[in-house]
Amino acid sequence: MEKKLNLEQEKIDRARQAAGTIARGVVEEITPRTTVAVERTILRLLGVDGVDVAEIPLPNVVVEKIQEAQALPCGVAHWMGRAILATGKSPQEIAREVADGNLNIMDQPLYSDEDIRRALEPHVREGLEWIRDQRRRREKFLETLGTGPKPLLYVIVATGDIYEDVIQAKSAAEQGADIVAVIRSTAQSLLDYVPYGATREGFGGTFATQENFRIMRQGLDEIGEEVGRYIYLVNYCSGLAMPEIAAMGALERLDMMLNDAMYGILFRDINMKRTFIDQHFSRMINGYAGIIINTGEDNYLTTADPYEAAHTVLASQFINEQLGLRSGLKDEQLGLGHAFELDPEKEDGFLLEVAQAQMAREIFPRAPLKYMPPTRHMTGDIFKTHLVDGMFNLAGVVTGQEIQLLGMLTEAIHTPHIHDRSLAIDNARYIMNNARHLGDEISFKPGGKVQKRAQQVLDEAVEMLEKIADLGLPRAISEGWFGGISRSPQGGKGLSGVVEKEENYFNPFMEEMASEREGSSRAD
Amino acid sequence: MQIDEKRIRAYGDTFNDGIVQVSFSLPVEHGPKGDEAARILAGQMGLEDAEVAFSRDLGQSFSFYIVYGRCPAYVDLTQIQVSQVEVEAMDYYEINRFIEERIGRPLVVVGACTGTDAHTVGLDAIMNMKGYAGEYGLERYPQFHAYNLGSQVPNADLISRAVEVEADVILVSQVVTQKNVHLENLTNLVELLEAEGLREKFLLIVGGPRISHEMALELGFDAGFGPGTLPPEVATYVAQEIYRRQRSDSGKPGQ
Repeated sequence: MEKKLNLEQEKIDRARQAAGTIARGVVEEITPRTTVAVERTILRLLGVDGVDVAEIPLPNVVVEKIQEAQALPCGVAHWMGRAILATGKSPQEIAREVADGNLNIMDQPLYSDEDIRRALEPHVREGLEWIRDQRRRREKFLETLGTGPKPLLYVIVATGDIYEDVIQAKSAAEQGADIVAVIRSTAQSLLDYVPYGATREGFGGTFATQENFRIMRQGLDEIGEEVGRYIYLVNYCSGLAMPEIAAMGALERLDMMLNDAMYGILFRDINMKRTFIDQHFSRMINGYAGIIINTGEDNYLTTADPYEAAHTVLASQFINEQLGLRSGLKDEQLGLGHAFELDPEKEDGFLLEVAQAQMAREIFPRAPLKYMPPTRHMTGDIFKTHLVDGMFNLAGVVTGQEIQLLGMLTEAIHTPHIHDRSLAIDNARYIMNNARHLGDEISFKPGGKVQKRAQQVLDEAVEMLEKIADLGLPRAISEGWFGGISRSPQGGKGLSGVVEKEENYFNPFMEEMASEREGSSRAD
Repeated sequence: MQIDEKRIRAYGDTFNDGIVQVSFSLPVEHGPKGDEAARILAGQMGLEDAEVAFSRDLGQSFSFYIVYGRCPAYVDLTQIQVSQVEVEAMDYYEINRFIEERIGRPLVVVGACTGTDAHTVGLDAIMNMKGYAGEYGLERYPQFHAYNLGSQVPNADLISRAVEVEADVILVSQVVTQKNVHLENLTNLVELLEAEGLREKFLLIVGGPRISHEMALELGFDAGFGPGTLPPEVATYVAQEIYRRQRSDSGKPGQ
């Protein structure tokens, strides 16, 4: 890729190094701990699914039983392994019996760690094999069907009813959409469990459930065959059940997951320890499943000033990158986020937007960058918004973005209607086709407005990251360095679900994923 | 030409031509039959000489139409009464001085995007230190103690927080709506306050792009602020209204 901004490599290296220090600090904090959500995820990957008579998911039932006995520091795998050895039953059967009150999971004979691991081994293998199969299936589809030209066109559906969502998603795919995200029912991030089954009612979105994932996947596969393009499916791997959603997405072949290092902490007031631990495991699962994560830097610009806070976006991209790589994601899976949010009244605003987008492209050359549309200054003037969305699309194609979340002309009015989406896709297709190779023809004036802006933002990001590397990320977050929002390490939801591991704790999936990764990176 | 205020019609390029455009989708295959259905539907909306200017296929047996026509309906401008929050906005300094001198203590404001709404843009514009369009938000005012609770706050939590900090004002922001959930949510807040006997304790304000003062009053709020509202407008209203209430409570004339 041609470099156009004359950015100093030394500064990029410094930023990356500082972000590496920050990420190491976070990983050190999380390694000795686990969470109720991580433990529930292990159960899900072992094949535990379904709900009890009170509609409580079985993974919650089992983990709560163990936590009540204050025995979670050993890990759910330990207790499940013992139960398998004692009963000869499957994890699902055991969970069901625990829920029915027919089995006390805490009252099992003692076995050696070796025996416990051996008992779990076939179930672990089965779970991982399923995920690898899904990954292969995706690769096959991509090979045979292919995808649309980049930037890929990303739209959302949000009817609340999964069956209605499928209709809207198929219509969008027929219009030219490449990626469909099912917006979650908004309060779901604060649920410390995952709802069960197909759902037909939600608020501002549709509940993320494994059955809903499956229904939408099937719909998109059908329409993908018809239109001759693989249609990517996206959901939200965030909130208190983050790693469970990662597992469900891996099992049902989602292709992308919204998964940001700090979003839940800042914007959902979820405890930061809880978030970092849950996130690490969920990113390992996403990495293993070949899922592209989408980070949420655009959100800072909805609360902080988009011009002045531009460097916080870049700084956060570096942090997300370094944390992501440490959780086993590859560069090609890091859909780092940013946004076109400057005030449309700002003179030369488009130049600044292009500078930021081009800068991200040059600094993260292998990342499938995710570009978010204007929302902050959109007013309900649908005609103006449609035009601003067009400028956003132009910036996206000129700077080689890969994932373009399309702006809707009805931004700030309602969740998209069927024709809003169609008009948005039409807008993007026209502009991107009409200016497809404009970027190849452009170079920026040395020392001009675009170059200078990019260099300034990089300078500020380096300074910010080096300060955070000294302070540590938790302290920087408590001091309100991101999005102008301050959160303390002891505050926020979900801290009671954080558990210190005991010596014999083990997470068989995490171990297996890490060792396979090492094996493959040696092979590289 | 003299405009007849008793008969105001939509305007395209000639007085009283009544030209309007509407666009909509139909769950119908795209084609001549769909176009005709759209034209007839526009006629049933009351449009005369309706024409489908454009239509397209949306897939999945849906189609989209842009229709122009003449709308014979008119309104009598002289009969229209609109209630607006009538305040002459003071500036930042005047407001702080007004509160300090006339009320004599800082006012406590609790703000939240309630229910499922995750869009804090409007709330932040009014509450955040930085404010919006060059106007500081309430957090910056020395004479306001502002608590921004953020997004997706359940109504019950908002109320308990307001009680806890002894708020004078509850500020609710509602931005994105799906199937009008925001109306239910706003009504629910008023009902909860009334059930707890707390309604009169607070000045209750709602803001958002789909909000009008009229609608706010109907829902049982004290005031509603629509799109484009700046922090000083809200701050002025709050200061003056609380001052007015204090005076009428104490029965004494103001200073």
